[in-house]
Amino acid sequence: MTIDSMFMWAMILLLFSAMVSLIRLLAGPTIPDRAVALDSMTTTTAGAMVLYGVITRQAVFIDVALVYAVLSYIATLYIARYLVKKRVGVIYTEEGEGS
Amino acid sequence: MIEWIIGIFLAIGVIFNVLASIGLLRFPDVYTRIHAATKCTTFGTIFIVLATITYSIYSYYWVAKNPAWITIGIHSALVVIFLVLTNPVGAHALGRAARQSGIRPYGAVIDELEGRL
Repeated sequence: MTIDSMFMWAMILLLFSAMVSLIRLLAGPTIPDRAVALDSMTTTTAGAMVLYGVITRQAVFIDVALVYAVLSYIATLYIARYLVKKRVGVIYTEEGEGS
Repeated sequence: MIEWIIGIFLAIGVIFNVLASIGLLRFPDVYTRIHAATKCTTFGTIFIVLATITYSIYSYYWVAKNPAWITIGIHSALVVIFLVLTNPVGAHALGRAARQSGIRPYGAVIDELEGRL
């Protein structure tokens, strides 16, 4: 078994793991369950993208993984901020009144 | 030799990622799901990228002096540094948001923080 085929099998298993996380993303009872499943799926997919970049010997896919991780982080923080008070895009003051 | 090192790193990473997804399916609660998913995926991705960096260093020094291997190694290290820095922050924010939006832990009987959050 060559090294490239090992990377390929690892990438296939990582994508399978991300697909299992997708079940929780579709069937989660509450919104934080779905957000946690999305976060886990994104991290796993970033690892798979790194492996794909090594298999094809192109660093562009690894940059794609980096940008994907950044966007997932921002999305997670934004969902968390939405879940605290269920309002998005409103600047909060000390009294809880939106302005 | 190098096949065994890379294979062991990849096996550890894949096993931890699969365990994270199984825990995400099997645990009863959002907090236990955060516990399973975040730590296991971060640890698994660290080992996946470690295998990648090992392979790029080996290929640069012992196979071909191609500068593309240096690019691949450094960018993979950037990916794992960013994931290690940001995954705990996102998980903590999600746990705090779930607690403040009124979700109780599975099997909790009393709530000592009721009204204090």
